Amino acid sequence: MRNTIVPIVIVVVTLAGLWYAAVVPMNIKTALTDAERGGAVVDPSGAKDRRNLSPFSLVAKNTFAIRQTFNQARPRLPAPHQILVELWNTTANKKITSKRSLVFHGWITLSATLLGFAIGTGLGIILAVGIVYNRAMDMSVMPWAIASQTIPILAIAPMIIVVLNSIGIQGLLPKAIISAYLSFFPVVVGMVKGLRSPDPMQLDLLKTYNSNSVQGFWKLRLPSSIPYLFASLKIGIAASLVGAIVGELPTGAIRGLGARLLAGSYYGQTVQIWSALLAAACLAATLVAIIGLLQRITLKRMGML
Amino acid sequence: MDTTPVIAASHLSLTFETADGPVSALTDINLDIKKGEFVSFIGPSGCGKTTFLRVMADLEKPTGGSITINNMSPGEARKKRAYGYVFQSASLYPWRTIGRNIRLPLEIMGYSKFEQTNRVNKVLELVDLSDFENKFPWQLSGGMQQRASIARALAFDADILLMDEPFGALDEIVRDHLNEQLLELWQRTKKTIGFVTHSIPEAVYLSTKIVVMSPRPGRITDIIDSPLPNKRPLEIRDSLEFIEIAHRVREGLRSGHRSE
Repeated sequence: MRNTIVPIVIVVVTLAGLWYAAVVPMNIKTALTDAERGGAVVDPSGAKDRRNLSPFSLVAKNTFAIRQTFNQARPRLPAPHQILVELWNTTANKKITSKRSLVFHGWITLSATLLGFAIGTGLGIILAVGIVYNRAMDMSVMPWAIASQTIPILAIAPMIIVVLNSIGIQGLLPKAIISAYLSFFPVVVGMVKGLRSPDPMQLDLLKTYNSNSVQGFWKLRLPSSIPYLFASLKIGIAASLVGAIVGELPTGAIRGLGARLLAGSYYGQTVQIWSALLAAACLAATLVAIIGLLQRITLKRMGML
Repeated sequence: MDTTPVIAASHLSLTFETADGPVSALTDINLDIKKGEFVSFIGPSGCGKTTFLRVMADLEKPTGGSITINNMSPGEARKKRAYGYVFQSASLYPWRTIGRNIRLPLEIMGYSKFEQTNRVNKVLELVDLSDFENKFPWQLSGGMQQRASIARALAFDADILLMDEPFGALDEIVRDHLNEQLLELWQRTKKTIGFVTHSIPEAVYLSTKIVVMSPRPGRITDIIDSPLPNKRPLEIRDSLEFIEIAHRVREGLRSGHRSE
C-alpha cells in the first residue's frame, strides 16, 4: 500500500501543478477586463487592445491580476480548488433530493448504467455462447457486432431515444439500452475468446469421458472463461457509464450527470461542467474498482490467483 | 489369462488430408494386445505412435483396415468408457483441487456423491497423493501433477489405460520413480496399458511387449515380447537381458531410419 501511495501522490501533485499553471494564461484576459472595470490600471489598457496579445506577455505585464485568475465566477478553465468546492457544495451540502445535488444526478446516471450493464453483459454472454456453439452465428453475428461499434454513439443515441419515446418507452430504459449498446461488445469479444480458451487436450479429455456438450460447457468452457469475463466487465462497466451519460444529452437536459454537463455548457457554467466530469470519472473509477474486487474474490475462490 | 485380444488392429491405416497433400500417418498396422499386457509404442517423432493411441481412444478415425476394443468399435468402447487416457501434460483444471479434478470424470459419468468420495480416496492412495486432495494443481510439482492425472484416469475403473508420453516433460530422477510406481500400479490393478514413449530404457523397463515404429509412412517395424519377469526392480536395467532387449529396440529404430 505504501509503495503505491507515494507515486500516486506525486502524479496527482504534478497534475495539479500543471493545471494551476495553465489556469493563469487561460483566464488572464477576463481577469484583466474585470480588474479594469474595478478601476485598476492595466497595461495595455482597453480589452480591444489586449485581444490579440499573447496571454503570457499579459501575465508578465500585469502580475497583480494572477490572484484573480483563480477565483472567477465563469473562468475558461476553473482552478482545481474551485471544482472541489463546487463538488463539496453539490454533494455534502445539498439534500440528495435536491435538483442541484450531484448525488441525485449521479444516482440517476448510475441506475441507468447498472441496468444497461446488466442487459449488455447478459446479451454479450448469450451472443458469445451462440457464436461458440453455432457455426451460423459464428459466421454472421461477429461482423454485425463489430459494425455496431463503428457507428458513433452520439449519432445513434438520439434516434434510440426518439424511436423508443414514440412507442411510449421513456425514462430509465432508453438510457440503459444505449448503455447496453456500448457494453455488450467487450463482453462478446472476451467471452468468445474465453469459451474457446480450453486447449485441445482438455477437450479430448472430456471426449474420453463421453461427456455431452452441456457438461462440457458448465465444467470446462464456462470456468475457463471467467478470467476473460472479468477483463471484459471492467471495460464494459466504464463503457456503460459513457453510454448512460450520452443517453442523457438528447433528453433535454433534465436529470443525470449528462444533463449537468449539458446545462453547464448552455449557461457557461464551466465549474459545473468540470465538477460533473470529475464526478463521472470518480464514479467510473469506483465501478471499475468494484469489478476488480469481485474479480479478485472470485479467482481466489477458484484457486486461480 | 484370457487369450482373446482386448485390442485387435488389422491392416489399420490412417491418412491425414493436409494442404500439402495426403500424409500417411499409419500404414498396415497389425497388432493384438491381450488383457493385462503392458505395451509400449516407441519410435521417433512422426512415426504415428500417438496417432495409433488416439485411434484406439476414438480421438482419430482410421481411414482403412479395422480395429476393435473389447470386440467393439473404438467409438462404442469410448461410449462405454472402456479406457482412461493420460495426456502428455497433466491438464488438470486449475480451478479444481486435486480431489475435485479426480472427481470430474465421476461427476460426468453420474456416480453418486458417496461413490465419488470413495473412489477419489482410493485412487489418491494408489498414487500416493492422499495428503494433497485439497491442494490446487499449481501447488504441486510436475511429477505430482502427472500422478494426479493418472489417478483421474484410474478413478472410473476402466480396464484399459492409454498413456501418451505421460512422463516426457519430467526429469530423469522423477521419471525413474514414477516408472517404478506405474509398474507397481499395473501389477496391482491388472489393467491393460498402452504407453507411448521416446525413451528406450523406459519402454524396456515397463513393457511386456514393445512395439517399435518408424516414420514416413508410420508403420510397425518390430514387435518384441519381453522376457523380463513381471517383478522388476530398477536395478534390472543393468542386467544382460535388459541390455539385449534395449539393443534390439535400438536396432529396430535404426533400421526404420535406414530405409528412408
